[in-house]
This record gives sequence, C-alpha cells and structure tokens, in this order.
Amino acid sequence: MALDSKVPKGPLKDKWTTYKDHINLVNPANKRHIDIIVVGTGLAGGSAAATLAELGYNVKAFCYQDSPRRAHSIAAQGGINAAKNYQGDGDSTYRLFYDTVKGGDYRSREANVYRLAEVSANIIDQCVAQGVPFARDYGGLLDNRSFGGVLVSRTFYAKGQTGQQLLLGAYSAMNRQIARGKIQMYNRHEMLDVVKIDGKARGIIARDLITGKIERHSAHAVVIASGGYGNVYFLSTNAMGSNATAAWKIHKKGAFFANPCYTQIHPTCIPRSGDYQSKLTLMSESLRNDGRIWVPKNMDDVLAIREGRKKPTDLSEDERDYYLERRYPAFGNLVPRDVASRAAKERCDAGYGVNATGEAVYLDFASAIERYGKEQAKIHNIDNPSKEKITELGEAIVEAKYGNLFQMYEKIVDENPYKTPMMIYPATHYTMGGVWVDYNLMTTVDGLYCIGEANFSDHGANRLGASALMQGLADGYFVLPYTIGDYLSNDIRTGKIPTDTKEFDEAEKDVTDRINFFVNNNGTKSVDHFHKRLGKVMWDKVGMSRNEQGLKEAMAEIKAIREEFWKDVKVPGNANEMNPELEKAGRVADFLELGELFAKDALHRNESCGGHFREESVELEGEQKGEAKRKDDEFAYVAAWEYKGEPADAVLHKEELEFKDIELKQRSYK
Amino acid sequence: MNLTLKIWRQKSASDKGKMVDYKVTDISEHMSFLEMMDVLNEQLIAEGHEPVAFDHDCREGICGMCSMYINGEAHGPDRGVTTCQLHMRMFKDGDTITIEPFRATAFPVIKDLVVDRTAFDRIQHAGGYVSVNTSGNTQDANAIPISKHAADEAMDAATCIGCGACVATCKNSSAMLFVGAKVSQYALLPQGQVEAADRVQNMVAQMDLEGFGNCTNTGACEIECPKGISLENIARMNRELMKASIK
Amino acid sequence: MSGFFKSSIGRKVAMALSAFFLMFFLLQHFAINILSVFSADTFNEVSHFMGTNPLIQYVLQPVLIFGVVFHFVMGFVLEIKNKKARQVAYVKNNGTANSSWMSRNMIWSGLAILAFIVLHFIDFWFPEINTKFIQGDWSGMHEGVEGYRYFHELQEKFVSPIRVGAYVLAFIFLALHLLHGFTSAFQSMGYTAMHKKTLQNIGKAYAIIIPLGFIFIAIYHHFNHIH
Repeated sequence: MALDSKVPKGPLKDKWTTYKDHINLVNPANKRHIDIIVVGTGLAGGSAAATLAELGYNVKAFCYQDSPRRAHSIAAQGGINAAKNYQGDGDSTYRLFYDTVKGGDYRSREANVYRLAEVSANIIDQCVAQGVPFARDYGGLLDNRSFGGVLVSRTFYAKGQTGQQLLLGAYSAMNRQIARGKIQMYNRHEMLDVVKIDGKARGIIARDLITGKIERHSAHAVVIASGGYGNVYFLSTNAMGSNATAAWKIHKKGAFFANPCYTQIHPTCIPRSGDYQSKLTLMSESLRNDGRIWVPKNMDDVLAIREGRKKPTDLSEDERDYYLERRYPAFGNLVPRDVASRAAKERCDAGYGVNATGEAVYLDFASAIERYGKEQAKIHNIDNPSKEKITELGEAIVEAKYGNLFQMYEKIVDENPYKTPMMIYPATHYTMGGVWVDYNLMTTVDGLYCIGEANFSDHGANRLGASALMQGLADGYFVLPYTIGDYLSNDIRTGKIPTDTKEFDEAEKDVTDRINFFVNNNGTKSVDHFHKRLGKVMWDKVGMSRNEQGLKEAMAEIKAIREEFWKDVKVPGNANEMNPELEKAGRVADFLELGELFAKDALHRNESCGGHFREESVELEGEQKGEAKRKDDEFAYVAAWEYKGEPADAVLHKEELEFKDIELKQRSYK
Repeated sequence: MNLTLKIWRQKSASDKGKMVDYKVTDISEHMSFLEMMDVLNEQLIAEGHEPVAFDHDCREGICGMCSMYINGEAHGPDRGVTTCQLHMRMFKDGDTITIEPFRATAFPVIKDLVVDRTAFDRIQHAGGYVSVNTSGNTQDANAIPISKHAADEAMDAATCIGCGACVATCKNSSAMLFVGAKVSQYALLPQGQVEAADRVQNMVAQMDLEGFGNCTNTGACEIECPKGISLENIARMNRELMKASIK
Repeated sequence: MSGFFKSSIGRKVAMALSAFFLMFFLLQHFAINILSVFSADTFNEVSHFMGTNPLIQYVLQPVLIFGVVFHFVMGFVLEIKNKKARQVAYVKNNGTANSSWMSRNMIWSGLAILAFIVLHFIDFWFPEINTKFIQGDWSGMHEGVEGYRYFHELQEKFVSPIRVGAYVLAFIFLALHLLHGFTSAFQSMGYTAMHKKTLQNIGKAYAIIIPLGFIFIAIYHHFNHIH
C-alpha cells in the first residue's frame, strides 16, 4: 500500500484556501443524522468535539479522567505561538512555518506545517473571544514573549498556565454544546478498541471505569485525540494516566504508526530523587535565559558534594565546568532542548552528576542575581552597594521573573534556589511521532482520524517550544472540522450504525477476553514492576542517545519483559468495578509493544535528527565535530509502520518528504 | 520514617465503608504523598489485598484530579499545594495519618478515596462559557483592549483547578468559591458581559440543585485552596446575582 | 426577584439584611440603656417616648420582632440545609487550621442568644406588653414609684446575681456571634469585608464594645442598686 499524503496541488500558500473552496460540505439538516466519536478531551479533542457539535454533528466525547478539563494539555506552562506580528518584529505566516520546519530538523510535511502557521492567528482570536485571560500590557493589548529557537516574539501566554487556560477555553466551548445536547460526554471511560466495518471506522468499544461495563458506541467517523506516548519511559512529565492505548489499538487495526523514535527530552526537569519516583516535573525552559548550567570540574568535588562534605556554593569559578558555554560558545546555555539534554547526559555519564543518583546538573542563578543587582543599584543611584544589597536587589528581579517556578522547586526539593543552585536533569516530555495521517488528518483507515500530539504530522523530529498548544487547537478548531466534512458528505444516507453486528461482537469479545485474562492471571508481580523495567530499558538504550547495539538489545529485552508480563502479571480486584490496576495493566501491555516498535524505528533510522540521536551518525571533523549529523539523502522521509503481529515484524512504508519552499540546512549552535 | 495510616475503605458507592489501619515503613521524606500511597499499594498487592483507589493524574498540581482529606484538611497540612505536591517531610516518624475522601453530599464516594465531582461539570454546563462559535471569523484578538488589571484579576480567578477542596473544607460543603471564581472570570472581561445576568443566575441555580451548602463566610476555602482563589470572587458573585435579579 | 430569595445567595443576602437591621437596633438599644448609668431621668424620658410613640410601637416594634424571628428561623433553615450538604461527617476534621471558632459556631452562639432573648422577653418585654396592650396602662407610672417606672424596673431586674451572670454570659456569646457576623454580613452583601482591614477593625470594635457595654450596664446596676 502506497502512502498518499493527499496534499493539494498548487503553491504552498494557496493550498489550504483552495482545498477549503473545493471540498464537499454536509448540509445542516444532514449533519444531525451523523455521529462522530472523539476520544480524548485535551486541546485537540476538546476543541474538535466542541466545533463539530457547533456545526451540528452528534458528538460522543470520551475521556478517562473524571472531567474533560483534566486532560494533560492543562500542564503546558509557557505559551502558544501565533504569527500575529503584534510586536511588529517581522513575524509572518512564512516565518512561523520556516521556524517550525527548521526546528523540526526538516522531518515534517511542508503543507501541514504551512497550514498550521496559517491558522495560528485565528486561534488567538478564537480564544480571546471565548474569554481566555491572556496576559496584556498596560495599554490593554495582548503581550508576547519570545521562546527558544526563534528570532521574534510570537508567544502568547497566560502566566505560567497557558495550557490550563486554553484547555479551559475548549472545555467551556464543550460545556456549551453539552448543555445544548450536541455533545454526549462520557467521563471516566476508556476506549479499548476501534470497530471497523467494511474497512471503515464505525465505532469503538469502551469501558466504563466506574462500573467496569464494556460498552459499544457506533459513529460515522472516529477521531483519536489521546495524546502522546511519553509514558513508555515510565518516568516522564506526562500525567500518570497518559497512555498510548487508543493510538496503539488503531495501529493494530490498520493505522500506520509514524516515526515513533522522535521523542523530545526536555532539559530542565527536577531530577529523580529515588526509586519510588512516580513522575518528573518540568521547569519552564525560560529559566535557561538567566541560569548557567554547570557541574564540578574535579571528580573529588563531585564526590564531596554527593557525600555532603561540600556545598556547590563552596566551589570557586575555576572549579566549575560550564559545559554548555564551553562547548557552544555562540548559544551557550540557550542551545535547543535536544542539544542541552544530550550535553547533560554526557557529563552525568562521565560521572559528574551532582546528586545521589548521579543524574543531576546545576542550574545556577548567582551570576544573574549579581548582574541584575548591580543594574538595579545603578538605576536606584546607589553608590558602592554592599554585596548583600546587590544580592537583595538581584533576588527581587529574579523573583519577579521566575518566582512561581522557584517556589514550585522549593516545595518539591526543599532547597532554596535563590541561595543554592537548582538541580536539573532531562526528562521525556513530548512525542513528535505518532499515528500517520494524511493532509486531512485521516489515518490509513477510512473514517479514522488522529489529531494533536497523537498524530505525527507537524513537528518533524523536534518540536519548538509553545507549538504543541498551537497544533492541538489548530487541528481541533480549524482543520479537522473541514476535512472530516469532506469525508462525511458520502455518509448522509448511511443512517444510524447498528452496534449489534458481528464486527462489534468480535471487538467486544477481544476486549472482554483480555480483561478477563488480567483479572484471572494469578501472577506474582505488579503492573508497575513491569512498567518500571520497560522504562529503564527505554531510558538507558532508547533515550537521549542511541546506538545499534543498544537498540538491538532493547528490542530483545522489551520482548522478554513483554513475554514475562503476560505470564506473571498480577492484577488484583475484579473486572466489574473501578479497578485502577486493571486500567494500568491494559496500558502497560500496549506500551510493551509500542516500546519495541519505537526501538525498531530508532534502529532503522541511522541518522541523527532532532530528538533522535544516533551515536553512529555524528560529524567527524571540523567545527561541528561530535555534533548530530542528519542524512538527508537517505532519510528525508516519514517512516510509517504497518502492524503485522509482532512489533518486530512491522513493515516500513516511506512517505518521501519534499521541501520545495525551504532549503535544508545543518543546525549549528557553535 | 515509619507511619500508621488510617484510610477510608469503601468497596463501591453502595457499600457502607469504614476506616482501616495500615502500616508503611521506610518512607523517604523526599517522597510526595501520592508516592507514599504508591508504596502502600505495591505492598497491598504483594500481600494479595486490593490496593487503595484514589484519584490522581498530572502529579504536578494543575489537573485538579487528586483529592484527599489528610489529617482533617483538604490536600493535607501544607498550604498552596494539592495532595500530589504535598511531601512527606511535612510528617514525622511514628505519625498517624488519617486519610479520607472529600466529603459532600454532592460529591458521592465512588470507591475508597475516589469521589464523583461531576456536579462541578454540570454547574459549568449551566453557563460557564461565552457563547461564541469557532468559526475562525471572530474579531481580531486586539480589537477590544482589556485593562491589564482586569485581565490579571480574571486570570487569578481562572486559575481554579476545580479540585473541590473548597467544598471538602467548607463546613457547609458550599461550592461558592468554585462558582464564584468562574462567574468572576467572565464578569471581569468584556467578552462575558452580554450573557452575564443569565450566566450567574443559571450557574447559581444549578449549584443549589446539586445540593451544595450555603456560604457562611468562614474563609476556610480560601486558605485550603491550592491555588489561593480569593474570597473576593464570592463577593463578586453575590453582587453579580443581585445585579442580575434587579434587572 | 422572588427567585432571588429562593436561591442560596438570596437567602444569605436576606440573612445579612436582617443582621444589619438587628445590629442597628442593638446600637440604639445600647445608646438608650447606657443613659441609665448617667441619668435616671433622661433614661426614663427616652424610655417613655420609645414605649409610647405609636410609630415605634405599632410600626417599628413589629418590624423588629419580624427581624428577630426571621434571622433565627432563616439561621436554622440554612443550618439544616448546610448539614444536609454533608451527610457523612469526617472522622478527623481540623477546622482550627483554616477558620475561626466564631465562624464555625454561629449556630451555637445564636442559640445562646436565643435563650437569652427568651429570658429577656420574660423579664421586660412580656410585662411591657401586658401593661400596655392588655391592661391598657400607657401612663408609664407604677404604684409606689416616683416618676416613670422604667429605671426602677431596670434596677429591680439586676438585683439577682444569677440573672446578672446569665446576662453577662449571653453578652459574651453575642460578642462571639458579632465577631464573625459583622464582617460576614458585609461579605454576603458583596463587599469583600474579610480582606478589608479597616472594616474588620470596625467590626471587631463593634463586636466587643457593644456587648461589653451591656455587661457594664448590668453589673453597674447590680452594684448600684438604690434600695
């Protein structure tokens, strides 16, 4: 089967407009005879459900949480990009498009990214109209900040809770439709399979997480908006419940899975403190604007710090290794996420990690505090300020900029980051890979759509800050509602899809059998036991840097863990009640398959691009020696995997990427 | 540290439920409260018992899913945090910790420490939105300037995570801090003005219908709120409702 | 508007309105009573005016009675509703961590005040009603008393140390009730009193000075009895 991206013909900047002008529409009277299922209620799913219901379709929305408002989009801190050019600093649709493609290391589809940049401005208008309280300046107009990897200020924000506010905006739009009866909301429900009839997605099997009841839901189209698969690492910045089950189930039913190896490891997270750790907390990237990252130069000092004999503040400047400034003099502490993460890992692997686990580096604000303090002293005409006065003035500025983050750090770590450097370490944050979709956001299964982080489409091999929120809302508010109409225009005479057919019978039986297996399997080890083991293999061998041998070992080890899991997993409780362990078991079973495909994809992609770093593919000489080396002649394609039983047997399909409007360049931060 | 836990166990909504004592050992002070619960659950699974069901998701204090009443306080003894951000350093070796679900008639227990907070959703359905379609043809975002003061105040109200700590804490199980925050967010912004009167009337009516108690201004909700939502929002809701009723 | 007073917020506004009325009444009651400390004659004059003025007797007095009854009845109605909002109590509840004793126990301080009002009515109001409306004696005179009878009656009541003790106790509860009630009433009316220092201080002053004044009056007359 050849992959058809269905990108419309014509010049890049006219594609979306021309497309919209020529698609088939469904008339309002017919829309009310059409049902759509949306799985997941984050920015993508929530906005899609609300918009489709506004248009007149009957929407059934599903989320595993107790309310749509709790989807993990809520945790995004920094902001949302939009090419509004309110600051007059030269921003444009083209520039946002260009930055996104370049930031993604030239592994995304041009037409999708351009469309994303094109609708970005509308997102801000829409959200403001909904009452999202974006930050404003004293003139009452919207404020912007700038984010890593770009040269303009185009990021809109609502304090450090932009994701929350945007999600609550989408949730409010959903509420309006729920009140109108156009959305039927299924909270605490988990989709456990998709039902295909005559090759088309026609419904899902879901479990009511309160009663354990297995339910059949039919529809004319199914939209998956279930987020990323970062929890395959066990430890990540994802929510505890974030899972890949919906995406993986549709993969098993024929949807290709694209570029699973593209994962973003965020450099500034709070380090792990022990084996009991359940999740990692992200600290906004903005901290790197003022913090300097270092580890001790001498191993003696490392040991002394670990044993508590020395404090980081005891070390003189000469005894510190500001390794980012040393290796990347041009960008210093502001290198992109993937570069900063790998550099931290390199130092810690070499034994210079500064906490008990050996996996932490310092993020130091002392210089910033001193610099701001001196500046303030000048502004306030204080001659010969004392060291204490400078510190006091400087800390006030740092507090104004990062107060809430410092407070969060102190709550978790119980150390005062104004007085002693913060400890940070990279953590899995976002997955660029996901279900393959065409320009219409439809998967390789007819009538089955995938939007938001769950699909692979817009970020290539690396995502820029503040672009995830943009993509989720673009897909849900402005793209899917058009593209799905084109497909559904053929379904106006279909009528209600019955759920008493053999396809539903079979799908339900598979789901029930699996659940019964879990609760009846008298194993000896908990679900988390297996999840942690999977996570360790993924982190050690399929983490920030990967090599052939490690990836091969990872595939074998994951397979072994999976086999052991199916023999020895222990799930207490029953199927017909609320059973969190049973929920986890199903999710981990899917991660155990996805992890292997992930490693396989990483193994096949013998190049370094974005979040995927192969130790075999580095620049061997010149200024860039040791840095990631992309191989555009061999790997400028999307790797879409077709399910064939075992993950190791997945078949590769390639969607060649063409760059007509952008010249491919090496990223350099030296 | 070693701890004794007194935990509410209830098999299902129809079960009567009771407090059960557990012991956990070797708890690190760096653990979060929920990680301590994970340790207990792993222990229970290993012993062949059913683990304690509790709501949690993001574990970084923003999703609002976690909801325990710890030693007589919603989200425990620390301030400005949800249960997932409460750390064990707040407790001492040998402590006995009492853990109960959020209690309110409008928040029935589903299982153990898990409660049903969909009443909050239904209040939002009644009017927690601005009626605007996602046509993509709304006016430019900068068309209506909004004073920084109003925008910031609206944002402060909007930071509510809907966890229900206000209800759990209130001696009357009143939801007025939650509803007040939502009413305030829209009341402070020009976008929300057109339907302001209907919004506050409908949301308050739904709040009453759900069986939440009345506000007697003890101020406990504001103190226990993990996001520090101000009582000002309740006062504003009272004003908005009076204004709406006079019209 | 009728829908408004059926809503939870409407009820608390009604509670606050009746509270304002009662607090105003309390202030004027205190203002008149404190006269008795300074001048028996002035006290008698004012009392006779209040006791015989038709506007006060036929209009304001029924309003007052209604206000008192309303505040109590609504207080109980809300308490019952609020109790229903949590049918299963916490095993452990640490209310002191986040709220004052006064705010959590308005119903108990209120009940204490109700008990006092019953006593107070038996002491003063029922005899007054009996004299004026049943006996038809609007003269304000009493056999064996020179001039108006009001000051004399007042002092009579405070002979008994038990009664004085009961009054003192009741006024302590009144102070506790007002310590929360004063600012709470403003808050219910839509003014964020809990965050306004000045108003809080005024509230505290009112809640302490008025009951303390009443206590002073009771004790003063106990120890300065003419007979």
